[in-house]
Amino acid sequence: MNAAFVRYLGLRTMRAALTVWAVISLVFLMIHLVPGDPVDVILGDQASPEDRADLRRTLRLDQPLLSQYGHFLSDVADGSLGNSFRQRQASVASLLREAMPHTAWLALSSLAFALALAIPLGAVAALKRGRLGDRVATTAAMLGIAIPNIWLGPLLVLGFGVQLQLLPMPGSDSTTGAALILPTITVGTALMAILARQTRGALIEVLSEPYIQAARARGLSPATVLFRHALRNALMPVITVAAAQLGALLSGAVITEKIFERPGLGTLFLEAFFDRDIPVVQGCVLVIALIYVTVNLLVDLFYVWIDPRVRLA
Amino acid sequence: MNRSRPALRLGPLIVGAFAMTALVGPALSPYAPEAIALEHAFELPSADHPLGTSDNGTDILSVLLHGARLAAVIALLSVGLSLAVGTTLGTIAGYFGGRTDHVVSAFADLVQAFPGILLAIGIMALTANPGITHVVVALSATGWVLFARIARAQTLTLRQMEFVLAARALGAGQLRILARHIAPNLWGPLVVQATSGLGMAILAESTLSFLGLGPGARASWGALLDQGSAVLLRFPHVALIAGSAISLTVLGFNLAGDWMRDLADARSVEANASN
Repeated sequence: MNAAFVRYLGLRTMRAALTVWAVISLVFLMIHLVPGDPVDVILGDQASPEDRADLRRTLRLDQPLLSQYGHFLSDVADGSLGNSFRQRQASVASLLREAMPHTAWLALSSLAFALALAIPLGAVAALKRGRLGDRVATTAAMLGIAIPNIWLGPLLVLGFGVQLQLLPMPGSDSTTGAALILPTITVGTALMAILARQTRGALIEVLSEPYIQAARARGLSPATVLFRHALRNALMPVITVAAAQLGALLSGAVITEKIFERPGLGTLFLEAFFDRDIPVVQGCVLVIALIYVTVNLLVDLFYVWIDPRVRLA
Repeated sequence: MNRSRPALRLGPLIVGAFAMTALVGPALSPYAPEAIALEHAFELPSADHPLGTSDNGTDILSVLLHGARLAAVIALLSVGLSLAVGTTLGTIAGYFGGRTDHVVSAFADLVQAFPGILLAIGIMALTANPGITHVVVALSATGWVLFARIARAQTLTLRQMEFVLAARALGAGQLRILARHIAPNLWGPLVVQATSGLGMAILAESTLSFLGLGPGARASWGALLDQGSAVLLRFPHVALIAGSAISLTVLGFNLAGDWMRDLADARSVEANASN
């Protein structure tokens, strides 16, 4: 580690911390930025004045803005994120802790699924450039990107759950591994398609470089050239793109949880939405944004660490 | 021109068909999209109902035709708003540079810290009766960033070009340079992005409606897909038709975007070759 890297690390971390602070403040302001009285939005216009006053106190809307902000920050700082007001006893953080593992498993298995398919698919396309294998892979990638997950999910249920009766249907026990298969394909397909395109492009570029020709000229087997020499360099941008797609992965997980009636962050988010449980909505947005900022930070650092040619600015 | 990828030509065709549907479809619709006939619920396609019926006996064809209008209106408004805001901010950031650029870029980074559709859900959650305006604002809240990035990058290149330096040397004011010399040269990549953006906005509207967070109206493709998914096992035709309409349209806009990108590339290649 040299001085330039340490300096970059410091600056980049500081920028991420600033973004986190801005995100927290925006999430706090969410409730105030919306036109109209949040109390009306939550209770409707039929509520009694007592209920309204009570809610106003719970939400601390009767206090000056700055003191509300202070309370919100301390709720974030002590890790509780305040209390849900549909389930008064539960802190937002405890609800999030319960939901997170389900979504994390779905996101990770989708990422694994996407990488496991995209790299061979992209490699075949690059090696058979312009020929049948390439056309098939490229068309598959295009369809994979175009098919929305709100449509792929029901299609998979129809095909594998109903017609073939191979895999569990939505709403059945979601803790089994088999129950994870269809949701994983639903979330992972678009990412797989994007990564296959990326692998193809990166590999085509790397394969034309002199060091690959040199390796071939030395009589190394095509497999050695591909795996030991070409893929290693080609996969760098693929991993970066995979990490950058994390947001799409999380959005996909939210939608897919609804289709397959699975518990998780998305289900919590949507339920909180329909209950107008604003602290929980704020908590969900906050957690998603934090995951996003953290991953982007790690990817940036990883990229600089692995490839010193990246300009440290 | 598009020698290698003739399939891309499907794009403009699908987009054209969608535009026609959105334009004249509602006028040709055989029923009102919310007309209820409980005794005809979930019928398969027939002479009376060419695409069958959904729950409450609503005519699926009519829902599709009216839904196309809704999707088109939301897509045009949200992409229009994103384009206007993004281009303005991006051009200003790229042209003035320095602190202005830092502020705009930091703001864009911040907005990108939220996955778009989730931010849209968050915004819809805080609205009592979500309507078209709310969906448009929710989608534009993140949609402008891509346009801003493109406009900024373009402007950074353009402001170094000789014709801009010449205009400045002739004493043209900043505003005049921005409006008369920079802006007209930005359009190419922005139009390409806007085309794909329309497809993404149509998908986003469908997704919001599918999740039950749409703009109230029942005549939405996403809402139809949601109803169809609920009865997938017994009446798969509802979801099949709605899902196909959404997928085909999104695919069409994607292909059209790629088609235009290839077209623009071919032109720049030819321009470079003739230099």
